[in-house]
Amino acid sequence: MIAELGLAALWLAAALAALQLVSGALGLTERGAVLGGAVRPVAVVQGGLALLAFACLIYVFSVTDLSVKLVALNSHSMKPLVFKIAGAWGNHEGSMLLWVTVMGLGGAFVALVEKRLPERTMLATLAGQAFVSLGFYAFLLFASNPFERLSPVPMEGNGLNPLLQDLGLAFHPPTLYLGYVGLSIAFSFAIGALVTREVGPAFAKAMRPWVLGAWIFLTVGITAGSYWAYYELGWGGWWFWDPVENASLMPWLAATALLHSCGVLAARNALRAWTIMLGVVAFSMSMIGTFLVRSGILTSVHAFAVDPQRGTFILALLAIYIGGALVLFGLRAATVTEGERFAFVSREGALVVNNVMLSAILGIVLFGTLYPLFAEAMGAKVSVGPPYFNPMSALFAVPMLVVLMVGPLLRWRRDKFGRVGRELVIPAMLIVAAGICVLVLGGVALLPWIGLALSVGLGWASLLPLKGRNLRRTPLPIWGMVVAHFGIAVALFGMSSESAFSVEKLVAVRMGEVTQVGPWGVKLDTVEPVAGPNWTAMEARLLVRYGIDGKVTRMLPQSRSFWAPPQQTSESALLTRWNGQLYAVLGGEAPKVDGEKQSRWQLRLWWKPFAPLIWIGGLLIALGGLLALVGRVAADVRRIVAKDKIAYRREKQGR
Amino acid sequence: MATVAKSPIKAKHQRLVLLIVALVVLIGAALLAAWALRNQASYFYVPSEIVARPPEPGRAVRLGGMVEKGSLKTAADGVTINFAVQDGKARVPVTFKGIVPSLFVEGSGVVAEGKMGTDGTFVADNLLAKHDENYVPREMQDMSREQAQKVMQETK
Repeated sequence: MIAELGLAALWLAAALAALQLVSGALGLTERGAVLGGAVRPVAVVQGGLALLAFACLIYVFSVTDLSVKLVALNSHSMKPLVFKIAGAWGNHEGSMLLWVTVMGLGGAFVALVEKRLPERTMLATLAGQAFVSLGFYAFLLFASNPFERLSPVPMEGNGLNPLLQDLGLAFHPPTLYLGYVGLSIAFSFAIGALVTREVGPAFAKAMRPWVLGAWIFLTVGITAGSYWAYYELGWGGWWFWDPVENASLMPWLAATALLHSCGVLAARNALRAWTIMLGVVAFSMSMIGTFLVRSGILTSVHAFAVDPQRGTFILALLAIYIGGALVLFGLRAATVTEGERFAFVSREGALVVNNVMLSAILGIVLFGTLYPLFAEAMGAKVSVGPPYFNPMSALFAVPMLVVLMVGPLLRWRRDKFGRVGRELVIPAMLIVAAGICVLVLGGVALLPWIGLALSVGLGWASLLPLKGRNLRRTPLPIWGMVVAHFGIAVALFGMSSESAFSVEKLVAVRMGEVTQVGPWGVKLDTVEPVAGPNWTAMEARLLVRYGIDGKVTRMLPQSRSFWAPPQQTSESALLTRWNGQLYAVLGGEAPKVDGEKQSRWQLRLWWKPFAPLIWIGGLLIALGGLLALVGRVAADVRRIVAKDKIAYRREKQGR
Repeated sequence: MATVAKSPIKAKHQRLVLLIVALVVLIGAALLAAWALRNQASYFYVPSEIVARPPEPGRAVRLGGMVEKGSLKTAADGVTINFAVQDGKARVPVTFKGIVPSLFVEGSGVVAEGKMGTDGTFVADNLLAKHDENYVPREMQDMSREQAQKVMQETK
């Protein structure tokens, strides 16, 4: 019953999306103007219905209604409740339903609160949003119905992939999806602006909070995903350039560029066509990412069941939306008038460098991700990994970070290096000093060396925009910028330090034996079996000590065996200190060598100096975005309130 | 204001310059990417291919095949394993230091990431085994269709 209700809600939402598209498009014409009034309410109801459908899916998962095929395939009655609920989006159909739900809610939210732009632009925007939603509704209803019933009803479900049975992961996909799909709003704004030719500062100011919101979620999602991969996979790395990771990184790169070009458009009315283009590209990257992940065309831990029909369907959607948007852009770009001029040495100039470099990195990542597909079409099986991605993206990231030190200090329109040069003496000296220090320590590869030196200078330079300001009166968006840029320095330091100074140790040890990894002494105390709700495990008790006279601490890495579905995972144990993280993984029992009595256990240990800064930096970047968002929205609200007051007074006086 | 007006660049020209700069950087990035991909992409081999045309030593490649029955040995240190990967036509000795994936057993399929050593031994730094029903390394999927049956019969 609930499943049918969900399906009905989904069909209704799809129908309303069609209505929203038609009435939005007709509302732009003179004769259909009366239909325009229906668009906003329809958008709100459509979002509500999508949410209802998603709530129904969560309900059938939480009660483990096995007559629903999706539940039977992906859930199990013995699973903890939180993972039952998370299971609702831990599969193809559910995640696509989450996608349209977020999209519908995004559209509803825009329809409710966005009143700054001319109504015509809003109609075009909401029609664009409906157009995109419609394709995904069709995809859900025709190619991946989440509410399909199963007969006969099975006795028990298949269970959820144990790798996904983790709290961090339960909330990682929804966060990322809010980001991916939030960019659809930027896409729709771009379409709306192109249709009505209203590209200007007002448009950029209206679009910016939405882009910021999506970007914050993307940043948090990527950071959380990276941390999940780090501790759950047990491989000791935090970024693998896996296609799915790239699929989340590409929209982030595009959204970061969009955010900065939006700033230029809002403040200086320049980079008009470019901003529109980025709006289209950012959401296109979200869709390409979804295509790559969901079509099963690239194998990855994240790829769900492979289904060629679905791949073709998403490919068709991609062609329609990206192709259509690019054609519209091609037709209208010439009519977008030139923006304001600026000199090369200016805030705008620095932001152009930022944009071009981010786009270049985006191109590098996109190329590397798609290359195995092209190669396979030519008959060669290849994979592309860190040896390609790391140096190639650094080639463009390093100049960008250098400009990042200078850019925020420059004035809009025209400036001279001489004016800001003096302030940059300290960061430059810091870079040189850090570079020499690391060189003296020795044994560090080129990229981490550059990263370490640069991060120190960048950390200082990123705080310079606050110099000479009254900190209490500094507007929130400035704080946001400073915090986010400082976060980049922090994350860069963590990444470089992790790859420069990590120590790894792989040993087979007997009980009571002590092994050294970096400054740590690690003693294997016991290995005992333990049991959880749907798994059993071997758990090692490690007694670890930092230095010679440090406090002894316990660590409990596990090697878990799940039974539904049967799979083994290793639960790593982490011990965080202010200067780094000790990472322990328990392997299997090593086969006994002749004449040996006591068994030996495999241990893989890492000492990773300052590794947690990677994720702290990521969160700082997101926090910066949040501060900017709060600042912008608060300013908008104040402006609206003031406007209303003036209008109210005028009305009174008029009487 | 005055300085901007004096600037010799017209609005249209500025747009052109920006466009050209962006295009040059992006095309440069694309060319670099193409060049780097040719050098850095790691090719997939099956044992008969890698024996016939070995890649240059030190180049990162992947080797896929079946773990030969009876070939799996653990060295005295307890963490280094040696085994042979074969595809029915040829066999390649592989050495790997690390914790093996849980579904890695003799007779099962494996994809090893690593380098060919000078002595004809493949030095793996990562092993991918079949994780679960939903995750099979892509090459292994194709391979198992073509060769798995034959290999299984031969290794039995």
